[in-house]
Amino acid sequence: MTEASPKVIEPTIFDLSTPGRRGVAMPASDVPETALPNKNLLRSELPLPELAEVDVVRHYMHLSKFNYSVDGGFYPLGSCTMKYNPKINEDTCRYPGFLYTHPLQPIETVQGNLFLIYELQEWLKEISGFAGITLQPAAGAHGEFTGVLMMRAYHKSRGDEKRTKMLIPDAAHGTNPASVGMLGMSVVTIPSDERGNVDLKALEAACDDTVVGMMLTNPNTLGLFDENIEKVVKLVHDCGGLMYGDGANLNALLGIVRPGDLGFDLMHFNLHKTFSVPHGGGGPGCGPVGVAAPLADFLPAPLVGIIEEGDEETPPLYGFVTPKHSIGRMKAFQGHFGGGLVRAYTYIAMHGPDGLKDISQYAVLNANYLLARLRSTYHVPFDRICMHEFVAEGQFEGSDIRALDIAKRLMDYNFHPPTNYFPLIVHEALMIEPTETENKDTLDLFADALIKIAEEAKSQPDLLHNAPNNTLFGRMDEVKAARELVLCCWLPDNYEMIK
Amino acid sequence: MTYIPISPNERDAMLKTVGVKSLDDLFDAVPKKHRFPKLNLPPALTEMEAASLLGEMAQSNENVREHMVSFLGAGAYNHYVPSVVDHMLRRGEFYTAYTPYQPEISQGTLQAIFEYQSLMCNLTGMEVSNASHYDGATATAEAVSLAYAQFRGKRKKIVLSPTVHPQYREVIRTYSQGMGLEEAGDETSANPNVGPEALISLIDENTMLVVVQYPDFLGRIYDYTNLIEVAHAKGSLVCVVANPTALLMLKTPGEMGADIVVGEAQPFGIPLWYGGPYLGFFTTKKSYVHKMAGRLVGETVDSRGQRAYVLTLTAREQHIKRERATSNICTNQGLLALACAVYMSVLGKSGLQQVANLCYQKAHYAADQLSKIKDFTLPSTEPFFHEFVLACSKPASEINQLLLENGIFGGYDLGKDYPTLKNHLLIAVTEMNSKEEIDSLVESLKEISND
Repeated sequence: MTEASPKVIEPTIFDLSTPGRRGVAMPASDVPETALPNKNLLRSELPLPELAEVDVVRHYMHLSKFNYSVDGGFYPLGSCTMKYNPKINEDTCRYPGFLYTHPLQPIETVQGNLFLIYELQEWLKEISGFAGITLQPAAGAHGEFTGVLMMRAYHKSRGDEKRTKMLIPDAAHGTNPASVGMLGMSVVTIPSDERGNVDLKALEAACDDTVVGMMLTNPNTLGLFDENIEKVVKLVHDCGGLMYGDGANLNALLGIVRPGDLGFDLMHFNLHKTFSVPHGGGGPGCGPVGVAAPLADFLPAPLVGIIEEGDEETPPLYGFVTPKHSIGRMKAFQGHFGGGLVRAYTYIAMHGPDGLKDISQYAVLNANYLLARLRSTYHVPFDRICMHEFVAEGQFEGSDIRALDIAKRLMDYNFHPPTNYFPLIVHEALMIEPTETENKDTLDLFADALIKIAEEAKSQPDLLHNAPNNTLFGRMDEVKAARELVLCCWLPDNYEMIK
Repeated sequence: MTYIPISPNERDAMLKTVGVKSLDDLFDAVPKKHRFPKLNLPPALTEMEAASLLGEMAQSNENVREHMVSFLGAGAYNHYVPSVVDHMLRRGEFYTAYTPYQPEISQGTLQAIFEYQSLMCNLTGMEVSNASHYDGATATAEAVSLAYAQFRGKRKKIVLSPTVHPQYREVIRTYSQGMGLEEAGDETSANPNVGPEALISLIDENTMLVVVQYPDFLGRIYDYTNLIEVAHAKGSLVCVVANPTALLMLKTPGEMGADIVVGEAQPFGIPLWYGGPYLGFFTTKKSYVHKMAGRLVGETVDSRGQRAYVLTLTAREQHIKRERATSNICTNQGLLALACAVYMSVLGKSGLQQVANLCYQKAHYAADQLSKIKDFTLPSTEPFFHEFVLACSKPASEINQLLLENGIFGGYDLGKDYPTLKNHLLIAVTEMNSKEEIDSLVESLKEISND
C-alpha cells in the first residue's frame, strides 16, 4: 500500500509551471546575429519553470504569509537580537549610487562608498575600543574564522609554533569551536561556575604555553556579564594567549563598556544583530572584526584607508590598503557593502553616542523586566541581574512537558518562541532576548502567555503536546525528511504534455 | 532618533518591578573604571537628515546606470533585475524573519529555499544544492573543505587552474591555511593562455580536488569532460566554478561529470552593490551531501498530513557537531537565495534564454568590432560566452584611463593578476549594453589607437 499523498497548501514554482507561459520579456537584440557555439558545447534542455508575472507574485505572496517575522510580531529569539529594522535603512541601501557601483570601478569614481566604509571603520573602532578593523567578513562565523586565522598568524610571526589549543566555555555558540576546527586546532572546554561566570580554577588549570587564546562571549549565552572578566583576561594573557570576543551579544554593551578597554585583543561584530541589518530569513549577515594594535598588521586585505591626505580645499582620497602581514582575503571584493554596511552606517548615524547607550540600557531593562515577571513560574538556574537576555528552564516538576512543547504552544499565542535547547548547560533551555524595540504591553502579553502555558502544562498538557494548534502548519516529521532526503524538485515527467 | 517604544512612566514602572532605581544600576557587574565610556561619535541625525547625508554620499559615486558605460565584469555583472524581485524582497515577512528554526511558522522561507535548491540543481545538472554560501569565492573554498573531509586529510594536493578567478584562489589559500595543502597549477609562472590539458599531467594519486572555472576567468569555454575523466581515474574530485548566466546556454558541468559545481549567483537578481552581499551557490552529487557545508532544506509532512519543509541533516552543522562540524557556517545569504529564485521564476525559461542569448550576441558583436581596430586583437580563438580578452597596443591601465575620460569603464586590467597580460583587458558585455554603447567603446578605442 502506498502512503496517501500529502495535502499541498502551496504548490512549488515547478508545480505551477505551464508550457508556453511567459514572464518578464527582454528586448530584441540590436546587433547582427552571431552563430551559437558548436552544438556539443550547448545544453540539451533547460528544465526551468514557465510562469506569468502574476503567477510568480501570487506564489511568493502566499509563501510570505507562512512566515512569522519581526515586522509581524514579537520574536524573542535568544542570541539573535531580533530587533525592529528601521525602514529608512531599506531606502538608503538602495540609493542608485550604492546599488549600481561595480566593485572593480576605479577608486576615484566611488569615493562616496569608500568614505562610508572608512567612517564606519572608525565608528566601530570607537564603539568597541579597538585599534584596527576589517569590514570584509560576511557573517559572525566568518568573522570568527577571520579572528582565529589572525590569532594563529600572530603567534606564528613570533616563532611561537606550539600553540594549538583554544579555550572555549561550555556556554559558547557552536560556531566558536567549529571555527577552530576549520584550522585543525584543538578545543579545551572551560566549565561555568555556579554564578554563570567562567570557572576561574578550571581556566587557570588550562592556561599554559600551548594556548592560542580564549574565545569568550560576554555577556555570555546565559545573558550574564562575567563578574570576573578582568581576572579571566589576565589569566589568558599571562600564559601568552589572546582574548577573542564573540560580539553576538554586543547589543548589551553599546556605551556601557568597550571590549577593547576590558583587554580583549579582538572581537567580531554582528551588524545583523546589533546594528539592525535585517536577518533576511537566514542572511545576509555582516561580521566585521576589530583588533588591538598588535594584531592590526594581520587583518585581511583589503582595508579602506586614506591614500592621499586632503587639505582645506580637497577632501582626502580614500582607497585600498593591504596590512603588512595580512592573513589574506576572506571573500571576493570588499564585503557586504550595500546590504550590510550602508544599513549599519544609517543606523549608527541616526543614534549618535547617547542613542547607542539607550539601545543597550533598554535592551537590558526589557530582559530584566521579563525575568522579574517570570522567575516565580519558570526556574532560572543562574538568577541574577541579566544583560540583554536570560535563560529559563522549560520544564516543571512532575510533568513531562518539555521546552519544545512550551515553544510550540507560544505560537498559538502568536509569539515566536525563544531559542530552545541552547545553551547546552541549561536543561530544557528557553533563551529569551526581547531587545529594546518592544514596548511594555508586548512584554506583559508575552509574560502572561508563558504564565498561562505553565498552568496549561498542569491542567491540559495535551494542549502543549499537540501544539501548535492554531497555526497553518503543525509539527513536522523531521525523521522522514532526514530519511528520505527529498532536497530538490523537478518539472513533472509528462511536463510537455500539460496543456 | 530612537526606536525604543517605552515612555518615561513605563520605564519607571519597569525599573520598579525589576527592583532597581535607575537604568545605570543594571550594570553593576561591569568593572566600574570602564563603565559608561564617552563615545566620540557624531550626534544623532533624524531620518530626514540621514536620508540626505546618505543621498549625498551615494550621489558622489559614478554609477553604471546613470553616469557611466561599463564593460566591467570579472566576477560581478551588470544585469537587469525585473521589478518583481525587489518587491518580493521588501516583504517584511521575508526580510525580517531569521533562519527557519521553527518550521511551523517559517514555511515561507523554507519552501522558497527548497525551490531555490531545486532551481540550482536544474541549472547546474547536479543532484543537491545547499541554501547558500557568502559568495562564489567562499563557496569554492568550501569545495576544497568538502574534498579534504572526503579523503579524511589523506590526500593533500589540489590542482588549481590559473584561470580560476584570482580572488577565489586567494580565498582558497586563506581558508586552507590549517590543512597543509600542496597546490599545483596556478604558480605565477603558469601560462594563463593554455587550456585545461596543461592541468592533466598535474593530477596524481595524491590529488583530492581539481578546480576549474567555466567559462574560465578569461572568458573561454572549455568542455572539461576529458579532464574530469582523467581526474576520476586517479580518484580525485573535480569542482567547476560556473557562471550561472552562461549555464543557461551551455552544456552543464553535471553532464561533464563534475562532482561539485559552485559559483557566484549575483548575476541572478542581485545588484552590483559595490561588491556585496552576493550569493554563493553550491551543488554536488547526493553521495557527498553529508560532507557538504551549509543549511539544507528537505521535504516532509506535518502532523496534519500537509506537505511541508524543514531544515534537515542538521547534525552536520556547527550547533550540533561543534569542532567536528564540516564548516562553521551559520548565517548565510537567505534573502539573496530568495532574490535568485524570484529572478529565475519571473523571467522563466524563455526570459532567461533571452538574457543568455543577448549577452552572447552583444559580446560577440563587440569582440568582432574591437578586433577590427588597428593594434587591437583577440588573442584567443576559443569559443566564449559574454566575456573575452582584448589585447591592446599599450598597457591596459593607460587605455582604461583614456576611456574613463569618455565616460566608459573599459574592462578589467588583467595585468594586475597575470604579469604576462599587462596589455590585456577583460571585457564583459551583458544585455544592459546597447549597440550604441558598444559602438562608443569601439570609437573611443579607435581614437586611442590613432593617437
